[in-house]
Amino acid sequence: MPLLKNNVLISDTWGHLGTDDVMPASGDIVAPFARLLKEWEALSAHPGKLGVSVGNVDRAEVLGTFLPRLSLVILPFPAFNDGRAYSIARQIREFGFKGELRATGNVLLDQMQFMLQVGFDAFEIDERFPLDMWQKASRQMSLAYQRGLYRRSSEAEVWTERHTDAEPWSEQPHAG
Amino acid sequence: MYRYDEFDHQFVSERTAQFRDQAERRLKGELTEDEFRPLRLMNGLYLQLHAYMLRVAIPYGTLSSRQMRRLALIAEKYDKGYGHFTTRQNIQYNWIKLEDTADILQALAEVEMHAIQTSGNCIRNVTTDHWAGAAADEIGDPRPVGELLRQWSSLHPEFSFLPRKFKIAVTGAPHDRAAVRVHDIGLRLHKNDKAERGWEVFVGGGLGRTPIVGVSVREFLPEHEIISYLEAIMRVYNLHGRRDNKYKARIKILVHELGAEKFKAEVETEYARKPRQTTEVEERELKRIAAYFAPPQFEKLPRWSAAFEEAKIKQPDFARWSRNNLAAHHTDGYTIVNISLKPEGGIPGDATADQMRLMADLAERYAHDELRVSHAQNVVLPHVKKDDAFTIWQALESAGLAAANYGLAGDIIACPGLDYCALATARSIPISQSISRKFASLDVQEDIGPLKINISGCINACGHHHVGHIGILGLDKKGEEFYQITLGGSSAENSSIGTIVGPGFAGEDVADAIGTILDTYRGLREPGETFLAAYRRLGAKPFKEALYAPA
Repeated sequence: MPLLKNNVLISDTWGHLGTDDVMPASGDIVAPFARLLKEWEALSAHPGKLGVSVGNVDRAEVLGTFLPRLSLVILPFPAFNDGRAYSIARQIREFGFKGELRATGNVLLDQMQFMLQVGFDAFEIDERFPLDMWQKASRQMSLAYQRGLYRRSSEAEVWTERHTDAEPWSEQPHAG
Repeated sequence: MYRYDEFDHQFVSERTAQFRDQAERRLKGELTEDEFRPLRLMNGLYLQLHAYMLRVAIPYGTLSSRQMRRLALIAEKYDKGYGHFTTRQNIQYNWIKLEDTADILQALAEVEMHAIQTSGNCIRNVTTDHWAGAAADEIGDPRPVGELLRQWSSLHPEFSFLPRKFKIAVTGAPHDRAAVRVHDIGLRLHKNDKAERGWEVFVGGGLGRTPIVGVSVREFLPEHEIISYLEAIMRVYNLHGRRDNKYKARIKILVHELGAEKFKAEVETEYARKPRQTTEVEERELKRIAAYFAPPQFEKLPRWSAAFEEAKIKQPDFARWSRNNLAAHHTDGYTIVNISLKPEGGIPGDATADQMRLMADLAERYAHDELRVSHAQNVVLPHVKKDDAFTIWQALESAGLAAANYGLAGDIIACPGLDYCALATARSIPISQSISRKFASLDVQEDIGPLKINISGCINACGHHHVGHIGILGLDKKGEEFYQITLGGSSAENSSIGTIVGPGFAGEDVADAIGTILDTYRGLREPGETFLAAYRRLGAKPFKEALYAPA
């Protein structure tokens, strides 16, 4: 599946480790959360970058302690209407995670902007639609009322704009 | 009233353009019905039994005359000349074409309205007291918080795909006319002993298949913390609410299964963890919004209006209407006019385009340009001079809008039922009409006194039958409609869920059964005792005996 990041298609350079796969000697690897918990010492000693693939029933606070060593978190949308990953993504960002947050599964055109706003910055997308449709879909709305969302410089946070002299919620995060 | 600024305008017009694009993709076949469904639902467009239905949001039930006229125009141009006011203070149009929908949304956007989140598993239109800003017993106007919540919940990226729909109600008065204890979240304004304002937060109330009264999770939440605190509640629900069974997916089930204490602990943990709890922006935004809801310039009038009193003496029908349909206003010389949309034998909540225009004209001339829609499917003119009440009544009378049955047996709440709704198991409207005809006599209605009869055409309970003093639920038994009757429900501050009185009734027997119940009440009541009070004192027994006595 194509991988969309920063508005362009890139190739996935990560090695995806299954539960029983042998760990490679080098390169960036991403492991399932269960394996990360079980083999943390070996995995964290790995010379390349480390990522984790979590489920949408895993609790972000358990992941929290591992985050400083991680460069990638993969979160699934098993169905388009299963919105748990939106909250988990936001929690992970609130814990200070600065690495790549990748959405997989049912990533739909008309939901992509919501995903960007809660902190996702990479998307496994459906080949059915051309790149320009994805780019257009990712900026359907230029305004949001909620504060503390990730957004591009062309997008405004209504309440903050109305009260520019008040203390901001936090440093403005930027969508990737 | 709230007015859109440039941001609100831009937000709604971008949203309309987005929907126009989605509808065009659907009409061209680029989107399948399955793919289009969640998109149209997020914009209030349902596919019903006979046509599309569009549900338009009326935030916290407040309308200007210009907005009401626009609703009339839409009814005329795109529907069959009428609209249906709902139990959630919205309006729905039952005969809409998909290809017209974007134009309708555009017409709404021009008058600062939309249909965002009137459907789907997201935070729905916020409801409140229909007498907000006018009621004599009010502590503070709940609508600024309603507007704050409207903005915050609009296209919330984290909470647009919740386990199930989510309904919030806000009240600013001790007498709860917004039914806050039977909502997913209910907010109640009160003051502490230092006269500071705070909000009690109820979570996990609801009707539907599993009627439950909500639990209080915070006794006194400062106003500017409402958004942060609600974010914590919503997050706990989004993460842990059940998604395996749609009938167990509402927040009430989560609260019930976790237990109130554990649920509360989860919320408090999440709330404490939220980065930097500065709420200065929310505080300022609330202040900005509140300025729009400043009370209108009331004239200094005596409490007693000679014109009003004289008209009552001269015209007994007006006197009766005044007795039943007017409510106490907080300012001397003013009154609240409740326009009943429940004429004898009519369809509860329906209004024609002409009736909407007339109500708009009256609001503009006599009521500071404001109208309200109540969850009992009536329309309210909140600020009227007593001196003008007679003129208003005459105008209403000429338009078939002067039913003097507000709060009485004829003021029935009913969902659209099997006549329109794809989910319904039985018809609601004909049952409502038969009861309304049976109690056509206003003398009888007045003798029975305050009464709420609520009818739902299926277990989803859009007609709020559980909290009707008398509730009627339409079900399907082997292809036959039959109706279950519950007694003793209430959505007010002393809220309770009604109890099923016994085996159900065939449609044609429902009105007589209600007659038997009310005759029993009239036989057993103590002086001045309402039906609800009498039921609470007597219990179900005498009503059961009367209903199921061998012939």
